[in-house]
Amino acid sequence: MIRLDNVTKDYPRNAGALNGLSFELRKGEFCFLTGHSGAGKSTILKLIHMVERPTSGEVRVSGYSSTNIRSRDIALLRRKIGYVFQDFRLLQDRTAAENVAFALEVTGARQTVIRSKVGRLLSHVGLAAKAEKLPMELSGGEQQRVVIARALAHDPLVLLADEPTGNLDERATDGIFDMFRSINAAGTAILFATHNLDLVRRNPSIRLVELAHGEIIHDSAREHGADVRTS
Amino acid sequence: MYALREAATAFRRAPVLTGLSAAMIALSLFVIGLFGLAAHNVRQALENVESRVEVVAYLRDDAPEASIQAAQEDIARFREVSAVRFISREEAFAVARREFDELGSIFGSLEVNPLPASLEISLHQGQADASVIRGVASRIGDMPIVEEVQFGEDWVDKVYVLRRIAGLAMLTLGLGFAAVAALIIGAAIRMAVFARKDEIVIMRLVGATDAFIRRPFVIEGMITGLIGAVLAVLGTWGVFRLLSNSVMELTWIPAAWLLAGVAAGTVVGLLASMVAVRRHLGEIV
Ligand SMILES: Nc1ncnc2c1ncn2[C@@H]1O[C@H](COP(=O)(O)OP(=O)(O)OP(=O)(O)O)[C@@H](O)[C@H]1O
Ligand SMILES: [Mg+2]
Repeated sequence: MIRLDNVTKDYPRNAGALNGLSFELRKGEFCFLTGHSGAGKSTILKLIHMVERPTSGEVRVSGYSSTNIRSRDIALLRRKIGYVFQDFRLLQDRTAAENVAFALEVTGARQTVIRSKVGRLLSHVGLAAKAEKLPMELSGGEQQRVVIARALAHDPLVLLADEPTGNLDERATDGIFDMFRSINAAGTAILFATHNLDLVRRNPSIRLVELAHGEIIHDSAREHGADVRTS
Repeated sequence: MYALREAATAFRRAPVLTGLSAAMIALSLFVIGLFGLAAHNVRQALENVESRVEVVAYLRDDAPEASIQAAQEDIARFREVSAVRFISREEAFAVARREFDELGSIFGSLEVNPLPASLEISLHQGQADASVIRGVASRIGDMPIVEEVQFGEDWVDKVYVLRRIAGLAMLTLGLGFAAVAALIIGAAIRMAVFARKDEIVIMRLVGATDAFIRRPFVIEGMITGLIGAVLAVLGTWGVFRLLSNSVMELTWIPAAWLLAGVAAGTVVGLLASMVAVRRHLGEIV
């Protein structure tokens, strides 16, 4: 479903963010992405979302290829990819419900569809009671739930999460992580970039890909039994 | 519809800026409108002059009546000619007496009529440009019964040049102001785009197409142009009322010109915002 083939990414003043990296994420899979700061985690997510294009190599997502995708198709592709950020990126002047509705409005959905769907999404992430609150009236964990609801608006095939628990305390982190697990259990693939090694350690059954300097130095799916981290 | 609602929101969010750009467009088009009013009236005046431009052929005293009749019919068949009138010597004398009443004594004392008979030839409107008139005049002048041909030669040339200058000035002014209006709309759209930067980023994130993202801005530009144009028409109308009530007789601009002006304002708004929004959306990552 998602495949990076021998991908190199050089930024304008910053060569070698990724160096000939190959990676595959299957339908319904859950995968951690870890590595030091600057290792290339966010870069991988941006390539999948087609915000960035590879300098060489090919990124393929759900039948589209980075080598020839057109700008209109990028928009359509993004409806199949939910994106969750560490810093939320909610519109501050809109309520939780309006933020979720926004994702549907701007892809041309009809008002009746939007209304029923927003209600369902917010109760799915446990925020039905706070639908009319503005982001600043919500806790970090609650804001992240709104973001997840927004990311799920188009019933995506995959959720890309870029340190979604980076700004949350331990309890909120566990809550959000459980949320991701249940979303994954319903069939959505998840690529979860994180610094939180504790979270990774506590979930040894989940595939772990570790990056360093733009290369994969460890993939639990390939090296069974090797280098499994234990404290 | 989403795009319309967003365009309306943009007006509400930045009423000063959108108001200002509509006002600037109104001002630009208002100047064009005043010029159009003037041009229209000058044009009408010129057309009056043109329709009065006639070719007069003075006939030989010895021209036989039958030849005159034949010539008159010939000339009437010219494509450019709308009417031919025969003025007999007696008629000419009577007219001269009437027109130069104060000189009546001179004419009155004349025993002999010194005036020749003539043919007064009027041309179709729009045929009255210098070369056409000259052509007709020389063909008539070649007729054996014609002693001399007269037409308002310098008049014809001057009218022609005047029309050219008026047309050119109008075009230059129009283009100049359209450019200014386009720049102002472009600036307003730029502000609007940056004011909505966060939303645009998220729209892209959740899969809105570029066309969808552009639409409210383009509609905003178009409406700004339309409002500006309508204001300009109102302003021009005000000046027209003011002048024609006090200073001089004016005719109001024809509806087709007004429609063209309003359409032009709208199109300028549309194009300017399309260009601006393409450019500035590219600057947002
Ligand atoms: N837009 C950019 N322009 C230039 N260089 C960039 C850009 N984005 C990332 N980089 C560089 O690419 C490399 C990989 O960055 P990336 O953001 O993928 O790292 P990361 O693993 O997500 O790090 P972190 O854990 O700090 O978020 C870094 O060296 C970074 O400085
Ligand atoms: Mg990162």
